[in-house]
Amino acid sequence: MAEANDLEQVFENKIDAEEKIEPKDWMPEGYRKNLIRQMSQHAHSEVIGMQPEGNWLTRAPTLERKSVLLAKIQDEAGHGLYLYSATETLGITREEIVQALHDGRAKYASIFNYPSLTWADIGAIGWLVDGAAIVNQVALQRTSYGPYARAMVRICKEESFHQRQGYESIAVLARGSAQQKAMAQDALNRWWWPSLMMFGPHDADSAHSAQSMLWKIKRKSNDELRQSFVDQTVSQAEIIDLEIPDPDLKWNEQRQHFDFGEIDWDEFKQVINGNGLCNRERLAQHKKAHANGAWVRDAVAAYVKGKTGESGE
Amino acid sequence: MGDKKLDDQIAEYALRLGDDALVFGQRLCEWCADAPTLEEDIAISNVGLDYLGRARMALQYAGKTLGRTEDELAFLRDSGEFRNLLLVELPRGDFAFSMVRQYLLDEFELLFFTQLCGSKDDTLGAIAAKTVKEVRYHQRRSANWMQRLGLGTQESQARTQAAIDQLWGYMPELFEMDELETSLLQAGIAVDRLELHSKWLNTVTAQLASANLQIPQIDWQVVGGRKGVHTEHLGHMLGEMQFLQRAYPGLQW
Repeated sequence: MAEANDLEQVFENKIDAEEKIEPKDWMPEGYRKNLIRQMSQHAHSEVIGMQPEGNWLTRAPTLERKSVLLAKIQDEAGHGLYLYSATETLGITREEIVQALHDGRAKYASIFNYPSLTWADIGAIGWLVDGAAIVNQVALQRTSYGPYARAMVRICKEESFHQRQGYESIAVLARGSAQQKAMAQDALNRWWWPSLMMFGPHDADSAHSAQSMLWKIKRKSNDELRQSFVDQTVSQAEIIDLEIPDPDLKWNEQRQHFDFGEIDWDEFKQVINGNGLCNRERLAQHKKAHANGAWVRDAVAAYVKGKTGESGE
Repeated sequence: MGDKKLDDQIAEYALRLGDDALVFGQRLCEWCADAPTLEEDIAISNVGLDYLGRARMALQYAGKTLGRTEDELAFLRDSGEFRNLLLVELPRGDFAFSMVRQYLLDEFELLFFTQLCGSKDDTLGAIAAKTVKEVRYHQRRSANWMQRLGLGTQESQARTQAAIDQLWGYMPELFEMDELETSLLQAGIAVDRLELHSKWLNTVTAQLASANLQIPQIDWQVVGGRKGVHTEHLGHMLGEMQFLQRAYPGLQW
């Protein structure tokens, strides 16, 4: 009993001293579970996020855009892989992590339940969705779990590149023909609010926030992060002459921040609970690819077994 | 100024190589978020990026003489104007089909681009030099997959053998020389495809045999891509690939 208390004290001291918790360190079960939930959700988001972007890969308008998009999606897959590996350091296997996604026990970012309907959506996803993700992830570079923090440092570098590419891509449309500009504005209209929802519920309504802040898994609150994102994005929209679809958006001199309208939390809940346009498709596609690949994975396992069996003789 | 007729021939040759790479790259894109493992998704993207890069270099080069940009060539020609091999336009099939096609092509490309490095045309030689480095990695990966699939399970062996049987009749086109390529060969610019055949066949036969896979005895072969006579699949691919440039012509993207 005394020993357990000592371990807990060592853990608490490390958190207080801003030292990283490493895989072999003792950690409370709740901390471990909370991290598995957050990191696997993060990994699944990278992987499911490949789908709305992949939706335009075979229809990209130029060979350069196609190459850039393919490289970007490949980066997302790499982030997913990296985060799965980081999650495995917590004593769970990748099979279990993926199974939780398929069972509906693990979630992914709800924004990927929205459809990518035009080419402008690819720009909007890079600009807004990756932009929002970066705000989140920059804060997570200081998260208390070492492997997660290091993953974030690496992932942030690539994400900021994606964000610039997305912005550049939608900027070309905003400066283009009337149809292209309308396409860009329509994409902003559809992706703006879901991007704000990416930061999660208001702090007071967030289920895991308080404990995560204490453990320094989360370093900034949902509302703080959302405000940073709005503040940095408003001028970006102005520069390319697109209008953010929020009549309440205005600079607040006193707060030195932008005020913005209330999020439609009913829509947020609807989409999280399965009523988005693509909830079923996203999960079904992941399951289908996994099921179709079963014979390939079986073949690799059998091949490796045969090889090691031979050399072991 | 250079020889007009020779320049036109070189452009046509570059167009063939560019179309092979473009059409195959497009097929590889179809695996995005659909591969058997996340690692394989990443690997296929890697290979796809190499093909798209090669396509751009070759089409830019062809376009210089033809007076068209890489995107005009990619997005504004109909199927009859495409010059790719039939092999690369076939639907991607299952993982065995895609990987067998990759392997058969990789072994060919390794020989082909090694030869093309010595082309008297500097640009083609430079494209070949870059491509050879990439293809070495492709070939190492796809040859490994032949082992894993051929020596894996009964199912993987059967699927892989079936893919070989389906693809074999498209292989003769890789080794076909026509008037254009013969003329460029004599000028020291093009590769002698015929000469590559026996080495390719020996390598492929041995590699597949070591993986419990056989070269089929078949009596059919299909050609036509170099003349613009394609399978029905290419038109559907282009319908998808060219959608934006066709629906909104003449714009910057």
